[in-house]
Amino acid sequence: MGPRPEEVLITAIAGMLEGLGHIAVGASSPIPGAAALLARERSAGTTRVSILGSERNNFFTDGGKELFDCAGQGRIDAFFLSGAQIDGAANVNLVSIGDPDRPKARFPGSFGSGYLYFVVPRVILFRLEHTPRTLVERVDFISAPGFSEDGVYRPGGPHKLITDRCLFDVDRDRRRFRLESVHPGHTLEEIVEQTGFAFDIPPGGVPETPVPDDDTLEVIRTRVAGQIAEIYPDFAARVFATPTH
Amino acid sequence: MLATVVPVEDLAARIPDGATVALPPDYGYCALGAVHALIRRGACRLRLLGVPAIGFQGDMLIGAGCVETVETAAMTLSEYGLCPRFTAAVKAGTITVVDSTCPAIHAALQAAEKAIPFIPLRGLIGSDILARRDDWKLIDNPFAPGDPVVLLPALHPDVALFHAPMADRFGNVWVGVRREQMLMAHAAASTFVTVERIVDGNLMDDERTKAGTIPGLYVTALAEAEGGAWPMGIPGGYEPDRAHLARYAELARTEEGFAAWLEATVMSRPAAAE
Repeated sequence: MGPRPEEVLITAIAGMLEGLGHIAVGASSPIPGAAALLARERSAGTTRVSILGSERNNFFTDGGKELFDCAGQGRIDAFFLSGAQIDGAANVNLVSIGDPDRPKARFPGSFGSGYLYFVVPRVILFRLEHTPRTLVERVDFISAPGFSEDGVYRPGGPHKLITDRCLFDVDRDRRRFRLESVHPGHTLEEIVEQTGFAFDIPPGGVPETPVPDDDTLEVIRTRVAGQIAEIYPDFAARVFATPTH
Repeated sequence: MLATVVPVEDLAARIPDGATVALPPDYGYCALGAVHALIRRGACRLRLLGVPAIGFQGDMLIGAGCVETVETAAMTLSEYGLCPRFTAAVKAGTITVVDSTCPAIHAALQAAEKAIPFIPLRGLIGSDILARRDDWKLIDNPFAPGDPVVLLPALHPDVALFHAPMADRFGNVWVGVRREQMLMAHAAASTFVTVERIVDGNLMDDERTKAGTIPGLYVTALAEAEGGAWPMGIPGGYEPDRAHLARYAELARTEEGFAAWLEATVMSRPAAAE
């Protein structure tokens, strides 16, 4: 059977992680987790992966603080952030819609975003509901800002934004997103219509996001699926038809 | 010195109304039996501190009306969704949320551990987390001017409350790799722990257990509670009761559903019977 949408995303994200020494994955992130494991499978043993919530892929021994201390020291090359809202300046909102004191909607909270976004060089933003409600002109609450003023210690920041419809690159100089590729089955018109913020469209057309080849699909459906099932049994069962254990 | 060992209900009775209570996240060792005992004794005005996030136990305490404020990096039921009673309370304005970020909570507890008044932390600048924290300060790095940095005051919880796989009769508590629970015990004025079992001998006598053991020095009182994390699991021990957690997440979506869960699971079931 051909690639499923999740497998296209996993492959695209794994491509952003090639050659990195240490990839960390936070909570509620099955697709980034699978992508990190795929990148590790292809790295010939040179990539480390730390997954929060995993017992097999978590080598920290100094308590909850160690992930953050490790990131602050520059020992983590890539991390993933999502948001209830993400805006055109790459600001991320994990807290609330409306007045934060009497919100219309309240989400779990900022987790480590207010720190990790500043210190991890490649922060990959992912939002698997690409609508004007989630990709907005301006977020209602800044859990972590996309960019900082000159003088603020900021070795890290946004690297890409991937959604269920497309992939955006980040123009750090212009502080804007630029459409990089459109996932199979989606169109440029649809993306313009479903995105609440303005973004750049490169002249000369936008390519389709590459689909995984047969070898990659095989690795995803066997070795990656088996490992991700430890942490996300429901996700693995739904996407890869992996028996839960 | 021998530990103070009490029944779970007595442990909960020692946590006063209005206390700041540090709690571990759902993937740590959560003392749900003691949390249920706190609800049964009608605890109120508690100030919860997530280290660094809180899940089911916080939502249950909020739903039962035990909580005034929550300081945390997140309130989440993880794969079971949003915390329904927390969400309802925030929307109704019946609790105050002090939003933080994971490393800020860890760092501020480390300041308490070191008995220093404050600690700097990178990040945060330009966030609404910082903008809404009157207790945090932005200063210019005194050692390298032109480098703004955030200062956090030390966090001194009145109480740390958690579960652990085992303790000995001297109050030494083994938490293994869950060292944030050691940090909580170091930083809190009082530490209350429920354990699966109290073992013979001294955990300090074997290097393999000593490394992951909180010395009895920091432990105010212990309760032996086999299955004391239920319906949560303990990593490396038993699995969470997923059917019960899913039922909680469903029932707690309404006030009536939560009340029915509370009556059936907490109010009519003393800890000794669990």
